[in-house]
Amino acid sequence: MSIELIRVRLELPRAAFLLQVDLELPAQGITVLFGASGSGKTSVLRCVAGLERARNAEIRIAGEVWQDDPAGIFLPTWARPLGYVFQEASLFEHLDVLGNLRYGLKRVRSPAAAEALQAAIDLLGIRSLLPRPVDRLSGGERQRVAIARALATQPRLLLMDEPLAALDQARRQEVLPWLERLRDELRIPMLYVTHSADELARLADHLVVLDGGQVRASGPIAEVLSAADAPVVVGDDVGVLLPAAVVERDARWQLVRAGFDGGSLWLRDDGLPEGHRVRLRVLARDVSVTTEAAHATSIQNRLPGHIDSVVADRHPSQAIVRIQCGRSILLARVTRRAVAELGLRPGLAVWAQVKSVAVVT
Amino acid sequence: MPFDAQAWEAIRLTIALASVTTLLLLVLATPLAWWLSQTHSRWRAPIGALVTLPLVLPPTVLGFYLLVAMGPLGPLGQLTQALGWGVLSFTFTGLVIGSIVFSLPFAVQPMLHAFESIGARPMEVAATLRARPLDAFFTVALPLARPGLVTAAILSFAHTVGEFGVVLMIGGNIPGRTRVVSTQIYGHVEAMEYAQAHWLAGTMVLFSFAVLLALAMLRRRSARVMP
Repeated sequence: MSIELIRVRLELPRAAFLLQVDLELPAQGITVLFGASGSGKTSVLRCVAGLERARNAEIRIAGEVWQDDPAGIFLPTWARPLGYVFQEASLFEHLDVLGNLRYGLKRVRSPAAAEALQAAIDLLGIRSLLPRPVDRLSGGERQRVAIARALATQPRLLLMDEPLAALDQARRQEVLPWLERLRDELRIPMLYVTHSADELARLADHLVVLDGGQVRASGPIAEVLSAADAPVVVGDDVGVLLPAAVVERDARWQLVRAGFDGGSLWLRDDGLPEGHRVRLRVLARDVSVTTEAAHATSIQNRLPGHIDSVVADRHPSQAIVRIQCGRSILLARVTRRAVAELGLRPGLAVWAQVKSVAVVT
Repeated sequence: MPFDAQAWEAIRLTIALASVTTLLLLVLATPLAWWLSQTHSRWRAPIGALVTLPLVLPPTVLGFYLLVAMGPLGPLGQLTQALGWGVLSFTFTGLVIGSIVFSLPFAVQPMLHAFESIGARPMEVAATLRARPLDAFFTVALPLARPGLVTAAILSFAHTVGEFGVVLMIGGNIPGRTRVVSTQIYGHVEAMEYAQAHWLAGTMVLFSFAVLLALAMLRRRSARVMP
């Protein structure tokens, strides 16, 4: 077992099912635990924090043992160097913002903690809120303070339990960019629980899908989403998520070119600077397949690739074609008649025509 | 001068009794209420009922059992004699013990309610911020439960000032030692000294009203702060 891994193995009997999880996760970036309500994702988080006592559990964070039931090791929550952000604002009402921020700080006894707090205050943009009583904060401000409070303890792992679920849409959009900033600027691995496909698409590096207490899928987000039997539908259709960066701007036609591992796509120019990292969501219904390069077409984005596999879709008239473009995968929804007429089969060289791309970040 | 020396003595004793009782009750009832609010033990219901019992029992019943227990032949009496403290019935210490038992529900109930309304979440948050359980209790649970603690203290004090039956049973009515305002009034009425009784009784009415008014105002203020 590599040392830079998060290992979570646990069992917990729930009313409706037995939660049973055995995961190895990267000790960097955001791992999203995704699933419907009642799928057990919050329970996993609570067990990792030691707030709930799982049985037969092994929890290791980058080589540090937090719990190993066969060996009789169980660290109580206060002895685990973690940060926890709860779903609803969980600030202490009897302290002001600064008092809340300093609560954990005072208890870690680390010389670098004061610096960590200042960094967290800047990272989350809450300096102007410090003297306020917590009941004078908006929902979004409360969650930013709660995140900063957790960061001030210099956690080895940040656990977030649907931190945006209690906020309305506008507040959610207000907090999301701060979370992206956390992901991009911190080295702390995060476990992030959500049932929102939107948050998943914007934040996840690694994805774990839970269903009825069992792990349906676990892997890098692009891999999990591009599986032909993808267990997650992000948005209103199956589709892939491509990590990309803006590489070129065509000022005349108001377009920018976003390059990814295996090609590039032209997008509407919404003012993103060159070099900016984006996530592109390409839905299966927006991709068509041709066997020869079509020149007389309005579609600007054509990517050469090879068919990886052809699988049945939900409706018997349709199929999902997985196309390997460089090291990336695209999914295309076509009719089975088209599969037969074009002779689409694994290994065939094709062109993927992409009609529409959504920029997620 | 409406109050004679005896009345002042009774007032002084009443305030001393209520203060000592309230202080000791806070120390005893806080951990008891916390335990009741947290435990899933099967002893929770019977102990909760036991703590509430003084609320419904006639004070004379309570006083009778305490008198028997603290008397020379009772278990408590035997213990205190073995320890060389003598018999506690008809003493100030005996009164304090009786008052603590008598006012226990008035201290425990508001605290229990306050602790329960806090819920488990703040203590969980404290644990994720590295606070050990005792640390979290003093820095999170107690401050958040403060309105409940203040209510408990005020009610315990006022209820002790107003007690009569228990005092009469285990304290007798010894001037300067166990004669408090309520028994003093009783004595005046027995002796047909209505003027003195009026003064003391009126003072008690004013005091009780002031306490309840203060409590109501306190509640309204804390309701604005608490979610």
